Amino acid sequence: MLIFEHSQSGRRATAQAPVDEAVVDDLPAELLRDDVPALPEVSEMQVVRHYTRLSQKNFSIDTEFYPLGSCTMKYNPRACNTLAMLPGFLAHHPLAPASEGQGVLACLYDLQEMLKGVTGMQAVSLAPAAGAQGEFAGVAMIRAYHDARGDAERDEILVPDAAHGTNPATATMCGYKVHEIPTGADGDVDVDALRAAVGPRTAGIMLTNPSTLGVFERRIEEIAGIVHNAGGLLYYDGANLNAILGKVRPGDMGFDVIHMNLHKTFSTPHGGGGPGAGPVGVSARLESFLPVPLVAFDGDEYSWITDRERPQSIGRLSAFAGNVGVLLRAYVYARMLGREGMHRVAEFATLNANYLMKRLQEAGFDLAFPDRRATHEFIVTLKRQQKEQGVSAMDVAKRLLDFGFHAPTTYFPMLVPECLLIEPTETESPEELDGFVEAMAKILDEAEQNPDHLHEAPHTRPVRRLDEVRAARELDLRWVAGGT
Amino acid sequence: MPFIPHTENDIRRMLDSIGVSSIDQLFDEIPAGLRSETMDRVPEALTEHEVSRLMSQRAARDGQPLCFIGAGAYEHHIPAAVWELTTRGEFYSAYTPYQAEASQGTLQLIYEFQSMMTALLDMEVANASLYDGASALAEAVLMAIRANRKSKARRILMPTAVHPAYRQTTHSIVNNQHIELVEVPYDEQGGHTAPERLAQHEGEDIAAVVIAQPNFFGVLEEVDALTDWAHANGALVIAVVNPVAMALLKPPGQWGEKGADIVVGEGQPLGVPLSSGGPYFGFMCSKQQYVRQMPGRIVGRTVDRDGRTGYTLTLQAREQHIRRSKATSNICTNQGLLVTAATIHMALLGGEGLRRVARASHANTRKLVAKLTGEHIRLRFDRPYFHEAVLSSALPLQRLLRPLYAHNLQPGYVLTEAYPELGESMLVCATETKSDADLELYRSHLERVIEKQTTAGCPVQPKMA
Repeated sequence: MLIFEHSQSGRRATAQAPVDEAVVDDLPAELLRDDVPALPEVSEMQVVRHYTRLSQKNFSIDTEFYPLGSCTMKYNPRACNTLAMLPGFLAHHPLAPASEGQGVLACLYDLQEMLKGVTGMQAVSLAPAAGAQGEFAGVAMIRAYHDARGDAERDEILVPDAAHGTNPATATMCGYKVHEIPTGADGDVDVDALRAAVGPRTAGIMLTNPSTLGVFERRIEEIAGIVHNAGGLLYYDGANLNAILGKVRPGDMGFDVIHMNLHKTFSTPHGGGGPGAGPVGVSARLESFLPVPLVAFDGDEYSWITDRERPQSIGRLSAFAGNVGVLLRAYVYARMLGREGMHRVAEFATLNANYLMKRLQEAGFDLAFPDRRATHEFIVTLKRQQKEQGVSAMDVAKRLLDFGFHAPTTYFPMLVPECLLIEPTETESPEELDGFVEAMAKILDEAEQNPDHLHEAPHTRPVRRLDEVRAARELDLRWVAGGT
Repeated sequence: MPFIPHTENDIRRMLDSIGVSSIDQLFDEIPAGLRSETMDRVPEALTEHEVSRLMSQRAARDGQPLCFIGAGAYEHHIPAAVWELTTRGEFYSAYTPYQAEASQGTLQLIYEFQSMMTALLDMEVANASLYDGASALAEAVLMAIRANRKSKARRILMPTAVHPAYRQTTHSIVNNQHIELVEVPYDEQGGHTAPERLAQHEGEDIAAVVIAQPNFFGVLEEVDALTDWAHANGALVIAVVNPVAMALLKPPGQWGEKGADIVVGEGQPLGVPLSSGGPYFGFMCSKQQYVRQMPGRIVGRTVDRDGRTGYTLTLQAREQHIRRSKATSNICTNQGLLVTAATIHMALLGGEGLRRVARASHANTRKLVAKLTGEHIRLRFDRPYFHEAVLSSALPLQRLLRPLYAHNLQPGYVLTEAYPELGESMLVCATETKSDADLELYRSHLERVIEKQTTAGCPVQPKMA
């Protein structure tokens, strides 16, 4: 039932809005609205009950194991939320003078410094609101760098075929053509193909390391050399930074520009689709192009740096300073981990992934790259089950929901057929992983005994598989009073 | 180990199972020369108690001032239930609803949000949010270029009365795609975008015209005339609106003969605290005919295999994870949790509640303007405004305002940098959260400062000998 369907004409939650109806007699009639917007008319309790019940239809980290590959669904510590929502931070207006916001600026400055440290980059801007906006900022800086040198012929960005869709989409938004680089059989970038692809038109390469295939790009130094020698720059997509935090730094691998997903590596909540935060870090030669605003500290006072101080900046990416509340959550998390906690993130994320990979292999699943170490994630392929039993990755994913586990990422990366990309994260206990293996083993049994049961899954959720074709063909995108 | 549950026994058992002797061995594919555990710049760990003290001190330092700044972020009352519900773990810690059967809560909520936004703006379709109002305008510009198939020039008319940070953001995001943003100056007297100004572009090839309601100065635009001019000249209309104002003002779907084509804006006034600037959320609506050019997530209602109603992400072929370099945008993560708050906020206020907030904000700002204007301070523009107004000062503004901060009062947003031609001017805003006593407090403080500066500065005009 929709909230609109609880509505009764004239019902209101009266404590929530001003009691008196102020007189508006000075505005021309032709600019005014002649009706009341058709929002729900419900009581406060109806609202609370409705949205509490809706929430209970979700899987979430707080309620289920959520091994969604490439998404780093780790526990979001509650202190991060509580402390980011302290009244002083919530009441602060973004355009109040910096002198009135020294508390929040101190946190942002400290975070900038810590992110420089963990990534090995020269400078960091916290401005981008999400990973994709961080990517945009990164590639826009690459473009600004070449333009500033009068190097205008470079019109191509190289992207491995295993990359996230945001990489090629970002390159397009920055006005570049996309040149795809194939992956070798071992999961690493095909270096010979890369060598053949680079040239005077190469502006740069966008690389995720560990890659989306769940393996570390072993020839990264060679790749960096090839791209740099061709005059291109290296962009690091930080989607998988969790795998290497405190172990190897993108700056040391030769990357010129990186983005981080704080809603992955720094444990800020995913919120059912955001907000995220996608800070960017750069080497010295790109520092002047960083998006604004940045936070400065003169030893005494914190202040904003804008395009006045940074005329070469690629500019502003949002009206104010990005997703500050997310940055505060990440800051609290980073302070609780501290220097000694950073590398443990990568260590236990990797331990959990390798353990789970091994156990699933023993349970009879095929690995996409059986000869490689898992990083923080790995890929299982159901190509054999698809062929022999007609059971797809989708069937397994949906059946897992019945066992109380969120599904891994399915059908990504696209180059591995019938794949499940599985990322357990460091915050899960081995008992939880064992429970997952048990469920997966049962599903494998069912694939042999009763494959129809898998095709029909899920059986226990509020809805069963949805008609997505109908959703797209007979668009129903809003509730209308008196409509269907 | 914070947030890591493993015991020594667990670690041993897991390593044995994998067949390695140490965790370190699991990193043996990383070239040894690259390995670095350098962590200078990262301080030692704090306990939850210690970090709580640090954050509490810093938050207290920023205080809770009486704020009369608007300029794109507005303080409104937010019912307690909004964030109580929004931060429930099932909303807070869920991912983007790709697995529909395990995400019906979030999906239905987004469908309700789309329904509420289209009702509020009188539009046909809405998406599930963009980052903020400014980046939503950039996306609207890109969408209009794609949607207006008759226009060949990549030109957009952008009034200078649109929020300066929105114009800057739009420029940063679209400038690599050879799109020209043509400025349309505001009217000196009225602070609005005079329809006659557009007439200068008669006959030019223009993809879209941006119309803000209210505009950055709080001034109301003649939206009907501007919209009809745009359509008569083959341009689409991109509306940038304040959602609270839309409970009182004519919604963009009703502008002119045909209504606005794309509507964007900042969703923050719908249940999101000022929060030092974010996270907020951008909203976007359009006419149905342009839905396939829309960026971002969209939720549709459908049925499951038993015929039960359910909700799912739809039209995903527009998006980066399917279409890659041909996608409508690179956006992936958006502002889901803020949409959750806004949906609950709108459900609690209802149309009538939102209308009262809009009326009270308008009335309060009028009262404030009446109180502050006088010999030294005057209203800069003569056109009607919503809940913000530009005040000009005959005295140097910074010197007038600085003492007010000491009284825990934030008097307004000074325009000297963004609009130097306006001289000593500022934008003030008084929403429904301000009482008559608050307005009076502002007046009396300001009066005292003016008195001091007009008398104490030069108590007696010294005669030069």
